[in-house]
Formats: sequence, C-alpha cells, structure tokens
Amino acid sequence: MSKYLLRRTLGAMVVMWAVATLVFFMLRAVPGDPFTAMVFDTGDPTAAEEMRRAFGFDQPVYVQYFKYLVQAVQGNLGTSIYGSRVPVATIIAESFPRTLSITVLAFLIAVTIAIPAGLISALYKYSALDHGVTIVAFLGLSMPDFWLAILLIIAFAAGLGWLPAIGYAPLSEGFGAWLSHLIMPAIAIGTPFAAIIARMVRSSMLEVLRTEYVQVASSKGLLRWQVLLQHAFPNALIPVITVMGIALALLMAGAVVVENVFAIKGLGRVLIQGILNRDYPVVQGAILIVSGIFVLSNLIVDMLYAAIDPRIRYE
Amino acid sequence: MTEPATSTLAEATIARPGFFTSLRRDKKAVAGAVILALFVLAAIAAPLMAPYDPNDMEYDMIGAPDWLHPLGTDDLGRDLLSRLIYGARVSLFVGFATVGMALLAGVALGVAAGYYGGFIDSVIMRYIDLQWAFPNFIIAVYLVAVFGTGLSNVIVAIALAFIDDFARVARSMVLTIKQEQYIDAARTAGTSNARIMWRHVLPNALAPLIVLATVSVSNAILAEAGLSFLGLGVDASTPTWGLILAESRSFISRAWWLGLFPGLAIMLTVLSINFLGDALRDYLDVRETGDPVRA
Repeated sequence: MSKYLLRRTLGAMVVMWAVATLVFFMLRAVPGDPFTAMVFDTGDPTAAEEMRRAFGFDQPVYVQYFKYLVQAVQGNLGTSIYGSRVPVATIIAESFPRTLSITVLAFLIAVTIAIPAGLISALYKYSALDHGVTIVAFLGLSMPDFWLAILLIIAFAAGLGWLPAIGYAPLSEGFGAWLSHLIMPAIAIGTPFAAIIARMVRSSMLEVLRTEYVQVASSKGLLRWQVLLQHAFPNALIPVITVMGIALALLMAGAVVVENVFAIKGLGRVLIQGILNRDYPVVQGAILIVSGIFVLSNLIVDMLYAAIDPRIRYE
Repeated sequence: MTEPATSTLAEATIARPGFFTSLRRDKKAVAGAVILALFVLAAIAAPLMAPYDPNDMEYDMIGAPDWLHPLGTDDLGRDLLSRLIYGARVSLFVGFATVGMALLAGVALGVAAGYYGGFIDSVIMRYIDLQWAFPNFIIAVYLVAVFGTGLSNVIVAIALAFIDDFARVARSMVLTIKQEQYIDAARTAGTSNARIMWRHVLPNALAPLIVLATVSVSNAILAEAGLSFLGLGVDASTPTWGLILAESRSFISRAWWLGLFPGLAIMLTVLSINFLGDALRDYLDVRETGDPVRA
C-alpha cells in the first residue's frame, strides 16, 4: 500500500508538471501578448516594452519557463499584470476558501438528498415514487447550473427577498451570513451531482439486492431493515463512492460558472476574469491550483476505494 | 471467409429490427424524439420559422410576452422567440459537430492504442490519462483561453475536451475484441491490420460508442452554453442560448421571461437527448460507457 501510495504521488507530481508546462507554452504560442492590448489606449509603444521588461516577458521563452517552474515550486506564482499587481498566490489564497465552501456545501446538500432518494427509488422500484425520482433526476441532469442559479435568484432573492442575490460572507461573519450567501450557489452546483448520485445509488442497490449474500441474509430470517442497512447498503455504496469522488471534480467545474453568476470571487471567477483580461500569471496560477485539486481528489478517491472495499489490494 | 460472420454480428447489435418498436414503448424516448425533432426543425428552418429578424432592435424594450412577441422582447427590443430559434442553430451545430470530431479522433486514438499496444499504447494513454484527470468543461475553458473565442475555436476546444472519453471506450472495447477467435482467424488469413480494425474491430465496438456519443452531444451543448454564458463563446453578434441568458442577467428581476425561456430551451434540448440516450443504452444493453460523471 505505501509503495502504491508513493508511486501514485509521484505520478500526480508528473501530471502537475505536465499541466504547468502545457499551459505555459500554449498561452505563449498564441499570437499577440496582453501588454500590447493593455497600452493600446495610451498610444505609447514604449510603454508596452517597459511592461514586458518589468514582468520578464522580454527574456527567451525557455528562461521564462524555468524561472516559472522554479518559482512555482517555491509557491511563488508571479503577480497579476493588471491593476495593483497583486501576487497570484495571494489572489488564490483569498479565493480558494470561497470555492471550497461552495463545493463542500454543495456536496453535503446533494448527498443528503440523493442517497435517500436513490434508496427509495430502488426499494419501491417502478412505483410512482421511483418514477418521480427518475424524472427529477433527469431534469437536474439536463438543467444548466447557471440557469438554475438564475432561477433561484429570481425566486428567492428578487421575488421573496429571503436571500442575498450576490456576494459572499466568510464564516467569521457568522454561520447564518455564510450560509445565506452560499446556499443558492451550492444548490445550483449540487443539483446535477445529486441527480447522478441518486441514479447511481438506485442501480447499485438494485444490483446488490439481487446477489446471493443478500438473499441468504433474508432467508436466515434477518429483519428487512437489518438486511438492507447491514448487508445491502454498505456494498451498494462502494461504486457510489468512486462516483462521488470523481463528481467532486464536477462540482469544481460547476463552481467555475456559478461563481460568476453570484459574483463570488472564488477560483472560478479568478480564472475567468484572468482569461478575459489575458492576465497570464493569474490564468497559469489558477489552472495550476484547480488542476492540483483534481489530481489530489483523484488520489484520495483511489485510497478511499481501497480502504472501503477489502477485495481491492494494491501491490 | 470471416467477413460475413462479423458483419452479421455487427448488424445484430446495431440494426436489430425492432429498435423503433422498443423506442415507441418507452414514453421518455418518444417525448425526447419529438422535442429534439422540433428543435432540429427550428434550427434548419430558422429563417422560415422565426417571426422576426433576431437582431432587429425595432420593438418595445423588455416587452412582456404578448400576441406579437410570444416570448417577449429583450433589453434592446429584439424578439426573444426569433433569437431563441436562431440560437438553436448554434447549440445543435456545436453539439453534433464537436461530438463528431471527438468521436473520429478519439476512436482513431483508442483503436490504435488498443490494437497495437506497446509503445504506441503508452504514448497515447499517457496523454489520455492526463486529460482524464480533468472535467471536460474545465478543459474546454482552458483551451478557449488559449485559442480565443469564436465559433470554430469553441468547436475545436469542446471537441478536444471530449476526445479522452471516446479514446478510453474504444480502447477497452478493442482490448476485449482482440481476444476473440475471429480476429485470430482474420489475421491468419493474412488480412491487413487496417482492414481488421475497420471491418472487424470497429463494428463490434459500436454499441457503447453510440451511447457515449449521445450523452456527449447533450454535454457538449451544455458546455457551449456555459462558455457563451461566461463570455468565452461564439462572438457577441450571434444569438446563442448561453449568451442570451448572460445578456439578460441584469434584467431578470423585472423581466422573468428573459431568465426563463433561454434556459428552458437549453434544458429541453439536453433532456430530449438524454431521454434518447437512456433508451439507446437500454436497447443496446450497454452497461457502462466510461463515466456518466465526466461531463
């Protein structure tokens, strides 16, 4: 197991390096650079030259690349080329807790709804309840998250006035303030995820209920709830947990769009603003961090999977 | 010698008579087929079906739905129904074009990796694994950041983002099929590698690929809408559903129709394709096509 862990960790580092390298060179392969556009209004060509020098963009590409790699390893991701030239690491440190808050809340809401819904669907197969869950799941899966966000704002912020339409409050301002700002983005992001989990729980549970060990458990006279909770459900959860782990990535992808609807300056908004401004250091930094989160969550899922299912053993 | 046997096998999985019968029995699939057909018709015949020019700013601004403008008008006085009908063109075109490209490229990579194995397999799979670590939408965002916005860039970005799904499914199918005796037979008979892949391997790998392609079309449509919504999509003069939603964001509190209808158009299209995909999955008896979550 520890050998496997080491190999996977090394593999994850290689992936991170590959991503950093790809992003670096791809951004530079595009014709034109941000500085020319930035100083276009001033009509002063030397201004662009000066800025290029200030940010080291006048050096050969391979020098820039090695500088970037060495600095990135030390946690220095450069500074934004816009506005007050804030260090990228600072921007990310500020935005990351917001994205994390939304993602975690979305995950909790989705799982709390989806697991019971999937179980009910499986236990009352082909009933009206099952059909209802299925239809809602299909709707949730087909609804763009940013549209759901807009509908929630129309209903609960603009219409009923119960919740603030945009913005973010850190946990330090109190749980209520935090939750009231995050509940709508979390629902918007969590809905497709809940749909997937509910479908997954249903099919996995149905499959487990057909297996011999569950039938043996029933025939030796265990109560129905004992069979379901002690024998069927834990086994049905195994495939669900892998999907949950992978779906964390889906939640992050949702956050990229939905943060922009709610004007929450999380990683997603930082990334999109960086792209729209052609702020290379910010784009590189944000992509690197988002990638790091995916790679790490993949790793954790594999570990979890091994921990939960004794049949899986890594050399 | 071996060809007739395999082609019947392929036909048996794909063109088994009774698909439409089984489709008709599935209420969701019927609803999906009808809705999708309507949207496709709207997209193809947009100039005939749209009551107004989608870019004409000649009507009341933020007008509520009425007889003249069944879905109302936007903040610049443009007819929303006409804009949505033209928007169907972009959504459906991007959805099908990207998946077509991703299917071709992904299957080529996956079949090559699975069939040849060894060094070719390692090189292709290292790249595919790298891409697999990220959600498709994030990859599309990265690529648009690099390529820039615009219709062709958006299509290439989404297509590239979906390649890994097809490559993985194609490869795993090839690895299974490669063990079959009829492949050995074909090889012994002196059939070339390219011919074996085209005539024997591919037809037998079709079922899961068809199901994956269907699901991918709906995910590609969602991805395009998301990119347009973020301002990373097709240029601003083309009405797309995502862009219409983004533009109307500041007005939704007093003009619900601007927030409701564009999203409804996206959802109905995606829903109809998902319904069809589900029916196809049942009919072709495909259990897993990679991962539904990778959207």
